[in-house]
Amino acid sequence: MSTLQISIYRYNPETDSVPYMQEFELDTQGRDIMVLNALEMIKQQDSSMAYRRSCREGVCGSDGMNMNGKNGLACVTPLSEVVKDNKLVLRPLPGLPVIRDLVVDMGVFYKQYESIQPYLQNDTTEPTMERLQSPEEREKLDGLYECILCACCSTACPSFWWNPDKFVGPAGLLQAYRFLADSRDTATRERLARLEDPFSLFRCRGIMNCVAVCPKGLNPTRAIGKIREMLLSNAT
Amino acid sequence: MVTNITNLGRSGLSDWLIQRVSAIILAVYAVFMVLYLLFHPGLDYATWSGLFSQTWMRIFSLLAFISIAAHAWVGLWTVSTDYLKQTGARFAFQAVVMLAIFVFLVWGVQVLWGA
Repeated sequence: MSTLQISIYRYNPETDSVPYMQEFELDTQGRDIMVLNALEMIKQQDSSMAYRRSCREGVCGSDGMNMNGKNGLACVTPLSEVVKDNKLVLRPLPGLPVIRDLVVDMGVFYKQYESIQPYLQNDTTEPTMERLQSPEEREKLDGLYECILCACCSTACPSFWWNPDKFVGPAGLLQAYRFLADSRDTATRERLARLEDPFSLFRCRGIMNCVAVCPKGLNPTRAIGKIREMLLSNAT
Repeated sequence: MVTNITNLGRSGLSDWLIQRVSAIILAVYAVFMVLYLLFHPGLDYATWSGLFSQTWMRIFSLLAFISIAAHAWVGLWTVSTDYLKQTGARFAFQAVVMLAIFVFLVWGVQVLWGA
């Protein structure tokens, strides 16, 4: 069993004028560990290497990165899934400014999330106990609420790369539909009006990169299609 | 909500609908043309001219021309806002595209009704 060749994107703005790739060798002793475990072993070799991580089980969404060209969560991606010819190339999520090494500035991503007003809005009188939903109404939120905002989808989307300030991106649009589909939300009209322009929603070209990379197996393209249907039936 | 003044419809929804409807019209026109050429292997000027002298064919052709004009504008406007980040270059590109589409459309009308 030969050692694994890992190439990692390095950039420290305080000392480096340009980013560079650093080569590491790792002996996994034949075990199929997660990419995050491999990163932790590399950090033993070079403690200056920076990346985000927290829960290490695909719940927090901190360690989204580009592994051999495909975005995903390092903690739930086994080496066997991404390593080709005994080589692994790790880069930060594409399209976002790099703070250091594999750590990106998610500011623009969160700004788009904020723009869809990701909270329940209801202008009717509050009931004494709670707003009830039928099991069928609740079912409509399945496949939408599970998003952990890891940004793997939005940073795999060319439309988001070219216009991150104008196109909401797959993650934000999935959440936009999560509130449009919620029977307890009454701001449907206002939510749709904010998405009707040529950029916010319609910059999606339906190439489904978002679906291909989502570590949670969610489908933003379908949600975007549903929003289009709602806009169309409202406006024709 | 993002506003944009060079997008004619000012609406992503109408652009999206225009793109789909014009694509269907263009597909029908293209299929018709291919079939017509297949069924007229020894096509001469008189037959071709006869086809375009009929009012329904002129209307059908104009519909296809308008569709291609709208389709090209929506598509190229989108390309320019994706890839041309410098405002002057983007505006110049959009102006050239708009002028070309206008010229081709007027020219097309002249060809259809001029002969």
